[in-house]
Amino acid sequence: MSLFSTIVSQLVNGLQSGSIYALVALGYSMVYGIILLLNFAHGDIIMVGAYAAWMCMVNFHLHPVVSILIAILTSTLLGVVIEKVAYTPLRSAPRLSLLITAIGVSFLLENGFQLIFGAGAKDMSSAMTAVTGGPSISFGGTTLSFPAMLTIIVSILSMAVLTFLVQKTKLGKAMRAVSEDMGAAQLMGISVNATVSFTFAVGSALAGIGAILYLCAYPQANPTMGSMLGLKAFVAAVLGGIGSIPGAMIGGFVIGMAEALVSAVGLSVWKDGVVFAILIVVLLVKPTGILGRNITEKV
Amino acid sequence: MLKVSDINVYYGNIHAIKDISFEVAKGEIVSLIGANGAGKSTILKTVSGLLRTKTGSITFLDGDIRTAAPNHIVKLGLAHVPEGRRIFLQMTVQENLEMGAYTQKPTALSADLENVYERFPRLRERRRQVAGTLSGGEQQMLAMGRALMSHPTLLMLDEPSMGLAPILVEQIFDIIQELHRAGTTILLVEQNAQMALSIADRAYVLETGRIVMSGTAKEMREDERVQKAYLGM
Repeated sequence: MSLFSTIVSQLVNGLQSGSIYALVALGYSMVYGIILLLNFAHGDIIMVGAYAAWMCMVNFHLHPVVSILIAILTSTLLGVVIEKVAYTPLRSAPRLSLLITAIGVSFLLENGFQLIFGAGAKDMSSAMTAVTGGPSISFGGTTLSFPAMLTIIVSILSMAVLTFLVQKTKLGKAMRAVSEDMGAAQLMGISVNATVSFTFAVGSALAGIGAILYLCAYPQANPTMGSMLGLKAFVAAVLGGIGSIPGAMIGGFVIGMAEALVSAVGLSVWKDGVVFAILIVVLLVKPTGILGRNITEKV
Repeated sequence: MLKVSDINVYYGNIHAIKDISFEVAKGEIVSLIGANGAGKSTILKTVSGLLRTKTGSITFLDGDIRTAAPNHIVKLGLAHVPEGRRIFLQMTVQENLEMGAYTQKPTALSADLENVYERFPRLRERRRQVAGTLSGGEQQMLAMGRALMSHPTLLMLDEPSMGLAPILVEQIFDIIQELHRAGTTILLVEQNAQMALSIADRAYVLETGRIVMSGTAKEMREDERVQKAYLGM
């Protein structure tokens, strides 16, 4: 393989994993933006989505498109239910209580699924070929695999839809209003509960899409698959500036690229370490991230 | 129009509002005056549903709103321009106004925007600008315009003169009087007692969470204690 084709294929790898990180990071950032919660259960919403896809495809032999829709819907509903059951009662509690609750929800989901489905991975490689088995494109000695193209295109489309939703629709504007000033938003007649639920629904739907795209690359579901993916997406969100939607997208792609770069130079065992090293550097050098806003505390 | 009876509001263990009762009749300008920390803003927040009273009652247009959600209260026609304006600094001027119309039918939006832009031509010029770039006076106009988008019958204004140059204060108070002439009832909270008493019909004086005096604005202006404590005479 020529140097050029190595560079291109690593670039594509980086874009592929980066777009998954970006989708997941968006959920972290949106939720943080609106209720200042680092939702550490967010990664586990991906895991549940993956299990839903496994159930539909492997156990019930449903059509892949139907299965994917059910998986995304499951993630979406789970996000909303978690918010209603675990976070809404703590709306006026200290932030730390919320954070601890999020970690608790994460443990509950991981261990609950381990109890129900066992600790072993559920293989979906044959079922996923129905999704990933499209044509690949070759040019200049490099091959663009179908899953990679699918992942990149679906992610970019999702982000475009999200941007439209947040910038142009009434609900999206209400979301920005609540995230900037919850009290003032209430005085406008905006229902904070409905807006927060909507934010969780959108963030969790993106996590559901992320779950499917993750399965395209690694077709198996296991109870702890969401934790590392979630943590890295969290790093992406912090890198981009937590609370910022474009920041989460940029952060996700940067993390994906950094991993690909580390693998390309033959240090793939170090790639997790590099991601967390980035987190440390960001927190030391620019804690607000690339696009983070400086928050002035209101008195 | 608005009747508040015997409300008590607490911040944790701090008893901020003590047995307060007051009324605003249709067509009036009523002012609550008092020093910083007297509880003026707390009263407005309680009326608009952001804070809760443990006792008493709050009725608006003969309906009980003591336990109503803030978004429901806005729909009834009670708008609150909060202290410090609280506009959405990262949204554009027009988006801020759209948020003000959140409870209204979308079909009425363009006509309502036109109304506000007619009243505040500066906002029209800056409608695509991010609200954080506006000057203090423009931000106050935006906060008032935003509240007008919900077609309030009662407009509560919390310290509209705060942080503004005297000429802008005059301008804001002219606008308040125009709104009043156009049929909006006004509940005005002010530290600037001079300005407030110059346009109000009636006023209540608050000290450390209690109403210590009430009467017509004229009586207040002539009262020695008010002159000494609030008018700097």
